[in-house]
Amino acid sequence: MRKLKFVGLLAMVVLLSMALVVGCTGGQKADEGDKAKDQEQTAEKPDFPTKPITYIIPFNPGGQSDVEARRQQPLLEEALGTKINITYKAGGGGAVGWTELIHTKPDGYTIAGINIPHIILQPIARENAGYTTEQINPVAIFQGTPIGLAVLKDSPFNTLEDFINYAKENPGKITVGGSGTWSGHHIALLQLQELAGIELTYVPSSGAAPSVTQFLGGHTDALFANSNDLVTHKDKIKILALGSEERFEALSDVPTFKELGYEMTPSIDRGVAVPPGTPEEIKSILEDAFIQIMENEAVREQMIEQGFVPLKMDAKAAQEHINKKQKEYSQLLEDLGLPEEKK
Amino acid sequence: MAEFLQYFAGAMGHIFNLSNFLLMTLGVAAGIVVGCLPGLTATMALAVLVPFTFTMDPATGLMTLGGIYVGAIYGGCISAILINTPGTPSAIATTFDGYPLTKKGKGEHALVAAAYSSGVGGVIGAILLMFLAPLLVKVALKFGPPEYFWLATFGLTIIATLSAKSLLKGVIGGTLGLLIATIGLAPIGGEMRYTFGFYQLQAGIELIVALIGFFCVPEILSMVEEVITEKKEIQKFKSQKGVAREVIVKLTKQPFLLIRSAIIGCFVGIVPGAGGNVAGLVSYNEAVRWSKEPEKFGTGVVEGVAASESSNNAEVGGSLVPLLTLGIPGAPPAAVLMGALMLQGMRPGPDLFVQHGDITYTFLISLVIANIVMFVLGFYGAKYVARLINLPASFLAPMIAFMTIIGSYSIRNNMLDVFIMVGMGLLGYILRKLDFHPGPIVLGMILGPIAEKGLVQSMMLARSQGSILEVFFTRPISIVLIILCLISAFWPMISEWNKKRRGESQGVSSNG
Repeated sequence: MRKLKFVGLLAMVVLLSMALVVGCTGGQKADEGDKAKDQEQTAEKPDFPTKPITYIIPFNPGGQSDVEARRQQPLLEEALGTKINITYKAGGGGAVGWTELIHTKPDGYTIAGINIPHIILQPIARENAGYTTEQINPVAIFQGTPIGLAVLKDSPFNTLEDFINYAKENPGKITVGGSGTWSGHHIALLQLQELAGIELTYVPSSGAAPSVTQFLGGHTDALFANSNDLVTHKDKIKILALGSEERFEALSDVPTFKELGYEMTPSIDRGVAVPPGTPEEIKSILEDAFIQIMENEAVREQMIEQGFVPLKMDAKAAQEHINKKQKEYSQLLEDLGLPEEKK
Repeated sequence: MAEFLQYFAGAMGHIFNLSNFLLMTLGVAAGIVVGCLPGLTATMALAVLVPFTFTMDPATGLMTLGGIYVGAIYGGCISAILINTPGTPSAIATTFDGYPLTKKGKGEHALVAAAYSSGVGGVIGAILLMFLAPLLVKVALKFGPPEYFWLATFGLTIIATLSAKSLLKGVIGGTLGLLIATIGLAPIGGEMRYTFGFYQLQAGIELIVALIGFFCVPEILSMVEEVITEKKEIQKFKSQKGVAREVIVKLTKQPFLLIRSAIIGCFVGIVPGAGGNVAGLVSYNEAVRWSKEPEKFGTGVVEGVAASESSNNAEVGGSLVPLLTLGIPGAPPAAVLMGALMLQGMRPGPDLFVQHGDITYTFLISLVIANIVMFVLGFYGAKYVARLINLPASFLAPMIAFMTIIGSYSIRNNMLDVFIMVGMGLLGYILRKLDFHPGPIVLGMILGPIAEKGLVQSMMLARSQGSILEVFFTRPISIVLIILCLISAFWPMISEWNKKRRGESQGVSSNG
């Protein structure tokens, strides 16, 4: 009899701890009753937020989008006076999370991290990505990750010119690694091919980590990579060009594609968005909170040190940026007649 | 070495600081609980708990996270042994012998074997990481697309071991797994495959959802069956004295088994993309092959549990090699650790040992200690945990059913995953009635994407080099892997022939 009691107790402990863990991971529902009572109320401003906000990360934990959200989480909680629950909805290179976002109630209590060019390229390249670029309603864009082209230290190429000249004489001979198809890296490669009139062999991996490993192991000749990865490995590689608008602080000796005469600024930019139809007043409260973080000097310094470009685009600037990039990329893909399967 | 000694004293100071040690122990315990619940993985446990370590100083934070990682990988064995459901994918191979042991009323044997071999494997992995990381990473870098392809092919030959009863059924199961793995976005090329208009299916079928479906649901259904037919398939667990010692002595007498499995685990771990699941399966396969009584595997032998568990805990050390030396996370949990390091202002990579040697060595040594803590917790807990299955099926079945739903939902916060889990569960139940083993199916699911990526990337490289032959068949590691594939695929025939020969010679000697 005593044994049975013990087992019952054990079962309870297991169940309770389970409830706890689940509560931590997906607890937005459990916390809905919680009201943040000490909210300042003014006549013009809507009473927002009065309950926790869900911050969807459409990628796996540990990725850069996650790291960024975790960096913002305490500052957001302070600025908005409510709890921020980070939930992961990974899959389809972000598409699953973004589709989820546009179908949630547009009340400002669900926001999601967004990545450009993902939100532009997926709806173009896929038959049914689940969402359209227009349905993504940006609040802010806070971080840029310029894409650079690199070769190993012992490579014969010292400049972008060397690289392009060799490629012109040997079409398809240079293998270039990168992350994903119809992704930021892929589009950077297509742009360079188009602008320089060369042909490269693109060897995509499913993620930045495997493509960097393959490149460092010498399995591909060159690599398109994000600035933070380039900063991490800068002792082992030569960076031929970087996709920033101007020279980038953490890699100040690397020329930009633009200075070298190639009109391209490939970059992965991170921001945050709300569902379409979210009231403007609520959106602007969120926008203000993100602007506060973007102006935080400590956050800026950390970003630069880790190889990111801190950006400061409010909702309007973010929308304009997305529109500009969308035009640029759809034009490029149209010129190339790609992607075929969609036509 | 001098460097190491210099940091050693400081590291010990950090580790045996009371609050640090308690937090690490708490981390291990929390990891075990999360790990044993199917659907809640080591990655998720780390991601959820990372924010709590922000306010800690770096050494404390990393020790706690290391403890969680170690604990969660071990924890996966508990549900694998007791209810035939791997709590984390790393524990797939643990089910093969762990659950049959439980059925024989020997759950404690299996749990103690798991705790002991996890501890030994984990310590070996951590020590290899500490001293050989710069060397090991060179091996990892040699792995290019063709090597991944051959590694995955080698992995698929394990089907031969897993389907001793019927090779045909094993191959059918493996093929089904490979097909399931093609659902979703193509890993290279980005085409949509078999999504039937469901946008959620772009993400493919999550391995853990399939694990819960194929392993756990059939178990629940057969529990219900038992209640209805009043046939008792699982023997009651009775605590016996001396079980723990017996198991440990038995395993210690076979040091080769534990060390071999740990080394396999560590090597699989350093190759980014292949994780603890592959490590456990490969070591299990090797344990069967090297055993004098291979036919006993799968019926409930502690060696089977030990091979899998020693290997998947050694993989923890291996997966940290590329992270600490290159700044590239080798496994999803390592990716979360990387995020934690960056937020503490430390950049993973070669600088880590130079600039933050103090903290880095504290972390590495704490992994060894965390493994010992884990062993102690597992060892003393085994007796009590094993009793769980004595609960009447009318309590146990609904409780597990409840867990399967929470587990499959929480992995991606996606309701479709729950329906897929139920569908796969029913399929798994039918397949079990037809005597199919779920092992080959999940093996296909795990290895399919690795093989596909390796194959397509190799073909792209071959096109630019102009020679398929050169890319696939002339690289040294590839040749070794090809030979391993051939040996493994033809092993059943080789061992058959060996037995016959031995039988003949014995027959001759007894006659003469």
